[in-house]
Amino acid sequence: MKLSDLTSQAGEWLRGSGPMSEIVISSRIRLARNVAGFPFLTRCSKTARKSLEEKIRDTILNSRFSTAKTFYVDLESAPDIDRQLLVERHLISRPHKDAQGARGVAVGENETLAIMVNEEDHLRIQVLRSGLQLEEAWEQINAVDDQLESTLDFAFSPRFGYLTACPTNVGTGIRVSVMLHLPALKLTSEIEKVFRAAKELRLAVRGLYGEGTEATGDFYQISNQSTLGKSEEEIIGDFKHVVIPKIIDYEHHARRALLSEQPLALDNKVWRALGLLRSARLIETEETLVALSHVRLGVNLKRVKDLDINKVNELFLLTQEAHLQKILGKKLEGAARQAARAEFIRNRLSNN
Amino acid sequence: MKCEKCNRPATVHLTEIRGGKKIEKHLCETCAGQIEGYPTKAHAPINELLTNFVLAHSGMTKDETGTCPQCGISWSDFRQTGLLGCEHDYIAFDKDLTPLLQRAHDGATHHLGKVPTRRGGTTVPVKRQVDLVRLRKELSRAVEAEDYEKAAKLRDQIREAETQV
Repeated sequence: MKLSDLTSQAGEWLRGSGPMSEIVISSRIRLARNVAGFPFLTRCSKTARKSLEEKIRDTILNSRFSTAKTFYVDLESAPDIDRQLLVERHLISRPHKDAQGARGVAVGENETLAIMVNEEDHLRIQVLRSGLQLEEAWEQINAVDDQLESTLDFAFSPRFGYLTACPTNVGTGIRVSVMLHLPALKLTSEIEKVFRAAKELRLAVRGLYGEGTEATGDFYQISNQSTLGKSEEEIIGDFKHVVIPKIIDYEHHARRALLSEQPLALDNKVWRALGLLRSARLIETEETLVALSHVRLGVNLKRVKDLDINKVNELFLLTQEAHLQKILGKKLEGAARQAARAEFIRNRLSNN
Repeated sequence: MKCEKCNRPATVHLTEIRGGKKIEKHLCETCAGQIEGYPTKAHAPINELLTNFVLAHSGMTKDETGTCPQCGISWSDFRQTGLLGCEHDYIAFDKDLTPLLQRAHDGATHHLGKVPTRRGGTTVPVKRQVDLVRLRKELSRAVEAEDYEKAAKLRDQIREAETQV
């Protein structure tokens, strides 16, 4: 399996299936782990960093969860566009893309599993699944962690739990994130309610690509902040039974309000967005995401009936810069890229 | 629930069997300390005492210059980047880190989640210690909720876990 084989499909996080997929785009769990006996990466020499990477890579590729379809990308030598592609597919973080030195990522199990090597911690294990599937994700990642731990000695203390470079991750080292599509709350200016509820529950709200990114296309990522003093199951349970149902309720309520009180305004937003995507000759990523978000809402509310939701979901990913250039097989910048994107969207949306 | 002897909250719950009769006592820490035979320091986990003892004799705590002897990072280095240099920093900067951890983690200071079985098995009985912390937390919740049946069960489990150490 190679990186270039991925470009034509939507990838796990935008597959648009799974429970609650109209609102819940994806469920992600990541575990931070460090190998005992090696300093954390800020204090690692070049040689130590390299040998750490090799040790972890070999362990991953020799583990039972690795199959013929599992592949490892050496990010120190990978070209820019490949690293960008991995970011767009949510398989590596932006800091991991831009960092220096020996580092990589192992991708397996149909992109549901990604293990970043030498990011902020020695290992950042991630499981990403479509829709609301937190328990399934936990089961999967827990098994992977067990297998890695049968070879690697993880830094652990009975009092502090798994020891991490940043003390905000110590303990379970777990970050549970759920990506939500909340266009109706945005349109009715009630998104503040979500921020308030999240703050009360001590959760972080972030944009499409995690820490420090904007909430483009009405995608919001809700994550836990505290990692110590609670079990993994407790943290996941809070999400599944308290936080997420509450936000889904808000969004449903806002959608119903739009339908009953402002159907014309709603249709106007949806059809203008579709008109834009079907007519534009030059279009930027940001504008594309905003329009796609409104179209997605329209399809989910059955205001637009002749458009397949999967086609819309795919476009969120395939119109991003690295994907677009990979699919078209050439390097494109500025106006040429905007023109190529507009044409690609028109083609995808015309034949149905 | 209040202490039988004074008005402070009762945190010590004793069950005695005397002549076939069950006697329950609910006391605060201070009043309990006055009872003969009650070990006042019973709550300090053995492993923590041992760890502190070992650390004090191994030069693993931070040295005079305030840096970690393992990775050489200082507290102000950490404050600048927000990142620690090695696993021993958690011991070296224990006192400085504790308030910071409490702020970041809802007041929590002890791990209650997954324990690696191998690392746990080869060094100290880590899993058991984490279990004990969890059981003690559940016990105080049960007492708060006045669920004494559950509390009694938890007390038995704690006693059992302690005797295994």
